[in-house]
Amino acid sequence: MARSDVQLMLDVKAGDEQSIELLLRKYRTPLVNFLCRMVRDSAVAEDLAQEVFLRVYLARKEYAPSAKFTTWMFRIATNLALNSVRDNRNRQMEISMDRAVDIGDDERPAMEVQDLTPTVEQYLIARSRSEMILRAIDALPEKQRAAVLLHKYQELDYDEIARILDCSESALKSLLFRAYETLRTALAPLLNAEKVSSNAPWRM
Amino acid sequence: MGHTERFGKNCAEMEDKLVQYLDGRAKPAERRAVEDHLAVCSGCRNRAEDFRAIFGALDDLPAVSPSPSFDASLRARVAAEADRRTLWGWIPSPRLAFAVAALVAMSVWLASTPRIVNYDSATTRVPAEAEFSMIRDLPVLENYEVISKFDALSELPASPDDTAAGEVKNETSE
Repeated sequence: MARSDVQLMLDVKAGDEQSIELLLRKYRTPLVNFLCRMVRDSAVAEDLAQEVFLRVYLARKEYAPSAKFTTWMFRIATNLALNSVRDNRNRQMEISMDRAVDIGDDERPAMEVQDLTPTVEQYLIARSRSEMILRAIDALPEKQRAAVLLHKYQELDYDEIARILDCSESALKSLLFRAYETLRTALAPLLNAEKVSSNAPWRM
Repeated sequence: MGHTERFGKNCAEMEDKLVQYLDGRAKPAERRAVEDHLAVCSGCRNRAEDFRAIFGALDDLPAVSPSPSFDASLRARVAAEADRRTLWGWIPSPRLAFAVAALVAMSVWLASTPRIVNYDSATTRVPAEAEFSMIRDLPVLENYEVISKFDALSELPASPDDTAAGEVKNETSE
């Protein structure tokens, strides 16, 4: 009979090094996927995923199964991802401010607020449907993005996601609703196009 | 925000229920409540259709696979961390580690700093008076006064006549 994640972690705590290998094999792909979509950089995502496993391993002696293993692991991953996104944004802002000083007032200001409303032209030049969706996910606020990724791809329970994001279950439901509503607006051209094509008469 | 302003009370209630209904995790009573509302509200029905389409679109996104070197890199990091911890494991606390490091650094610094000794003042710049008193106070010269009078004695005339002659000589000269 397969051991549960909690049992595997307790075995790691007891000194069974092989059990951490089983957890690694089970969760490395979901973790890398989640982190990649959170930080938008595959190399950074891999680095963070390794950091998650490293922290899990180093904390094995203090591990107490007060929550699901996935809640604990994704909480570490989410915190690392949010910190990385914020650090990166601060770096970008410093670069933009430096550039704004360098280019002077006559040129386009670097701190100009980006217009996230997609135009038809932007969608036409987007290479694929997947890229449109990824761009819409990227444009979500960080916490909404984390909520959608945990909800849609990890299929965690609502109480688990709420604990990972450190909010109430009710707040999580509201967060998810707003996130999907934002995606609905961002992907409106795509959704409308698909509605039209599904309603179109069959053509050879 | 906008959606609660545009819709009625029942529409606002969808904020807590619609996603859960669409992902199949709503309880039966909540499920019936959502279906009853969708049956009479075209706005929420459209929203539900769009959300369902978005769920499908998200499912279509390609998965990202870890690189082939992922496991090896992770093992290397774990080993490096274990080595680091072994090296410092004998020190019970970071505060003590800092104190030990500071003590070692201070010892090295003190050992490497040259001592400043002024040999000139110790040897060549002794004042003449001090030198004199030092010599005078040496044990072998403790009767210096007496010894010094031996020179005066040697200058005395050899006989009392010589003394009287000397005194007459002095009186006539005065």
